[in-house]
Amino acid sequence: MPEDIVAILPELWIALGQTLLMLVIGLGSAVLVGGPLGIWLFLLGPGQSLDNRVLFAVVGWFVNLVRSFPFIILLVALVPFTRALTGTSIGPVAAAVPLSFAAIPYFARLVEQNLREVPRGVIEAAQAMGASDLQIVTRVLLTEARSGLVLALTVLAISFLSYSAVAGVVGGGGIGDLAIRYGYYRFQTDVMVLTVAILVVLVQALQWSGNAIARRIDKR
Amino acid sequence: MSANLPPSTADAARTAPVPIRTPLIRLDGVSKRFQLPDGGGFDAVKPTSLTIERGEIFGLVGKSGAGKSTLLRLINLLERPDSGRVLVNGRDLTALDKRELRDARRSLGMIFQQFNLLQNASVFDNVAFPLRIHGQHEKATIATRVAECLALVGLEDKVASHPAQLSGGQKQRVAIARALASAPDVLLCDEPTSALDAETTESLLATLRDINATLGVTIVIVTHQLAVVTALCHRVAVVEDGRVAEQFVLDGTAPATATTRLGRDLLRLNEAARAGRAIDFAEAALA
Repeated sequence: MPEDIVAILPELWIALGQTLLMLVIGLGSAVLVGGPLGIWLFLLGPGQSLDNRVLFAVVGWFVNLVRSFPFIILLVALVPFTRALTGTSIGPVAAAVPLSFAAIPYFARLVEQNLREVPRGVIEAAQAMGASDLQIVTRVLLTEARSGLVLALTVLAISFLSYSAVAGVVGGGGIGDLAIRYGYYRFQTDVMVLTVAILVVLVQALQWSGNAIARRIDKR
Repeated sequence: MSANLPPSTADAARTAPVPIRTPLIRLDGVSKRFQLPDGGGFDAVKPTSLTIERGEIFGLVGKSGAGKSTLLRLINLLERPDSGRVLVNGRDLTALDKRELRDARRSLGMIFQQFNLLQNASVFDNVAFPLRIHGQHEKATIATRVAECLALVGLEDKVASHPAQLSGGQKQRVAIARALASAPDVLLCDEPTSALDAETTESLLATLRDINATLGVTIVIVTHQLAVVTALCHRVAVVEDGRVAEQFVLDGTAPATATTRLGRDLLRLNEAARAGRAIDFAEAALA
């Protein structure tokens, strides 16, 4: 094994852990906050149970606003907020703040689009049976859209694996950061190749599992 | 209303036994206007009154866009009327709050042209849906009721299947079982056979007739297929341009004349059906 690689091995494990940590926090907040936000956005839409043109436009505009920031700008712009929240602006936990901030509206939009695919008639049938709005969300919308939601989360995970590399700029760490610091700045091509290979494997694994789960739970 | 008067013994002796009819559904001056995207409005239902009696099979027939589906959807308030009242069992549904309406809807089952089953749920879970949303969590009770309802539509063996594995006719049967699960007084049917072939239509109509006869469930059916009306309905209303243009009884005592073209076609077909001629469902469909 080339000595460059042997030398960075301990750091590689730490970087892997950091990447994982950023992804878990980012995706976790995407699901916990972006998910409900997406459901709310859907329900505010025309003809849905909370139909409200003004709020729908405002929430939609906010989602678009956050999504229009290039991630690196968002990362820097949020530094004061990050520091207030985590006490620091460096490290993977700090980097997870802008990651989450970007992931929430991203996932909200994906959720909203997926829920729109649920046929209107199925929602109506549930209403006709006397289902409440909450029951329609949990028992109809999420049930019927579940495979699409898994694929949406897969897309999100892969996007944010690459976003997490940018977090290296603020000392976030992670695999991508390793690639930039050793592979790019120090011209250690073998480290570059290794880290990129790891990322390729991660992306393939994510997509493969996402597809497999989505197929398994799709009975349509 | 004559049905509410006590029949005199003399009358009773002279006439053939007339079943005592009591109104179950009353639409009282209901209307519905839809906003169009261009800012204009479309009067889907103009002020209309209609009474449907307990135990009957009532047809709403008309061309596309005549307002018959909207009229049906006013009964369970899937469309809320702009004016008028909707009385079911003497209770004004338009006066209920959200929670009371959800509860009242248990007695109003509904099936649709596109079946509208949960694709990701098994047949069992689809039929159990109305029970679970109304707080029934007792597994044994749910299983018993689901089995009963699937037996009514002849699909006991499909309990573990998913809708995608069923034919159109089977999907509609699951939808009927689901609608019957909460033991409703009324089954609202919105073009239930329009996505089915002629043979499947016939067997589905037999099932509906059977449910009406054995369970006493009142059926209101919207269709554009005249043959469905003559094969199934006791009474029918012809809907034209957002209004009930005319109503007939289809038991042979019907008036010989009709004022609408659709009404005349309907009476002709009904006579033929009563004379014993087989009806070709595909041919008799309204163009």
